[in-house]
Amino acid sequence: MADRNTRMNGKRNAAGPAVATSPRERPDLTSAAAWYRQMAIARRFEEETERAFRRGKIGGYLHVYSGQEAVAAGFLAELRDDDILFTAYRDHAHALFRGAPPGAVMAELYGKATGVARGKGGSMHMFDVPRGLYGGYGIVGGHIPLAVGAAYALRYHGTDRVCLLFLGDGAMNTGAFHESLNLAGLWGKEGLCPLVIIVENNEYGMGTSVARASAVTNLASRFSAYAIPGERVDGMDFMVVREAAARAVAQARSTGHPVAVEAVTYRFAGHGAADVFQPYRNKNEIEHARARDPVIILEQHLRGAGVFDEARVAAIHEEAEHIVADAVRFAEESPIPSAEDLSTDVHGA
Amino acid sequence: MPELSYRDAIRSTLIEEMDRDPTVVLLGEDIGQYQGTFRITADLLNRYGPKRVIDTPISELGFVGAAVGMAMLGLRPVVEMMTWNFSLLAYDQIVNNAAKVRYFSGGQVDVPLVIRGPNGAGVQLSAQHSQSLEAIYAHVPGLHVVTPATPAEAKGLLRTALRGKDPVIFMEHAALYSMKGSIPNGDFALPFGQAEIVRPGRDVTIVGYSRMLHMALEAAERLAGEGIEAEVINLRTLRPLDRRTLIDSARRTHRAVVVQEQWKPFGAGAEIAATIAEGAFDLLDAPIERVTGADVPMPYARNLELLALPTVEEIERAARRTLYREAAPAGGRVDA
Repeated sequence: MADRNTRMNGKRNAAGPAVATSPRERPDLTSAAAWYRQMAIARRFEEETERAFRRGKIGGYLHVYSGQEAVAAGFLAELRDDDILFTAYRDHAHALFRGAPPGAVMAELYGKATGVARGKGGSMHMFDVPRGLYGGYGIVGGHIPLAVGAAYALRYHGTDRVCLLFLGDGAMNTGAFHESLNLAGLWGKEGLCPLVIIVENNEYGMGTSVARASAVTNLASRFSAYAIPGERVDGMDFMVVREAAARAVAQARSTGHPVAVEAVTYRFAGHGAADVFQPYRNKNEIEHARARDPVIILEQHLRGAGVFDEARVAAIHEEAEHIVADAVRFAEESPIPSAEDLSTDVHGA
Repeated sequence: MPELSYRDAIRSTLIEEMDRDPTVVLLGEDIGQYQGTFRITADLLNRYGPKRVIDTPISELGFVGAAVGMAMLGLRPVVEMMTWNFSLLAYDQIVNNAAKVRYFSGGQVDVPLVIRGPNGAGVQLSAQHSQSLEAIYAHVPGLHVVTPATPAEAKGLLRTALRGKDPVIFMEHAALYSMKGSIPNGDFALPFGQAEIVRPGRDVTIVGYSRMLHMALEAAERLAGEGIEAEVINLRTLRPLDRRTLIDSARRTHRAVVVQEQWKPFGAGAEIAATIAEGAFDLLDAPIERVTGADVPMPYARNLELLALPTVEEIERAARRTLYREAAPAGGRVDA
């Protein structure tokens, strides 16, 4: 892993970043087809959330995941049903990939009583605890220690469950990151922290690039300060992410020690729905990144392997269209929370 | 009824609950090998092992946040805050995660977390180590804020905290750790949100909590010597606040004095006074008095520190003012 850390430089290369590839056989392409479908649904879902935001159907902030789908998909593909995850505020796809009904995710964005958090959380607070999704958090870096403690609890209870922690590149510059990762490294030495840390390096913390925010731009290397192995992978290629995820999840599960993966990715949309002009990056850069669209890359893998043909791809996108249309209809038709809901869930019974 | 110190009341409750419930774990700085700054956790590492008594690095944000995550996943963490002053480093975790995650998840998680440690001033620790921070926690929905004044309360309230489903800000007072008191036997617990009328009286209501309760009681004794019968209310918890008991008492006595160690502006006393004003306005015969710490960072020099803390005499004078037996201070209440 140290080799990888030093080999990778901090610059993102949208045309084809140096990636960590393993000589061993890649995961089965057939099962990847199901994840292609998930990614296509998530992409279509986010297009619709942006449209609904512009129409005033969705309030507050809206941070869409388009461009980063391979990261969450690759990792959640390797998760067991009883494993858990914490993520930040760009969390719609994490909920969808974990199996939350698209209608309930959309209803949450619409502020409806049928939302995954009953309309109390919104875009930044997707929760589906029965499916292991412990949120969606809106303070950058603030969720990091929660995942560390959650991982400790999983081991304390004597299980071999693991906890995934998704965070952005910007979160690595918070005090929460350093304090939490030091604890994770310490508890990992006792086999008490089965945590997989996934840095979704989309190159910008809001409008500030990694190079302008982090003194060390090889983010994976920063985990060495906490005795946590870290590697950097191409976050645009589902197959590569999944392979890294398989290794990391297996390692955390068997050792109870944290493992970190920096997935180099890119967000195609602005930071949030209000980030319209994006003065911090130019169109060329975005176009360049779009040339490595994770949905298309996976499609190419599947076509190349003969799993997909034109008709199959078209059918999946048509199905995604229907699923998202149904989700929007469900959200539109769902009731708003009742006035009584205002003061429930403040305390436990 | 056995007699225990405030310190041992807390320690013995931790032991009883750890024996009873294997999900109770302790975290904090120097609580294990060092035996705890105030020895609340003495010998507990030896008793329960490092998996349940976790010595943490100096990382308040980190370990409080980790405890929130533990609580969400079925543990019952008790965090020792070496002093509440250091909790400001963890304020984001307490306010943005512990207090709110139940709500913004739509009720999908419990957060049975207790954060406990000493709050307040009195031993020349100067500005950064002498603060009374209860109001900044009592302001936040989703938290319980508990301020025991006696060994029995320390035990009874900690027991309730350790059996609940919500984050509890458990504020001890370092000056009370050696105080002795009798403790009811058995599985003794005190509910949150129920104040106690410690001393009934007809002339004026004096409201206190934590260490200030004892000063209120002393003032009441002295006032009795001049024929003033003060009713002393011990709040026990600031959130939930027992508004009923406060209002009923003020409606009987028609006068109220609120005592707090913290700074006056926007403090707990302001909320208590407003509660009384809202609920007993038509029956009040005098402005509600507040006796508080001075509105300055805590100084080191002993004489200055004493000047910055409330005194029994100030409580007496405030009570007399409500009875128009003493004039308001020069400059009137605008400067007070």
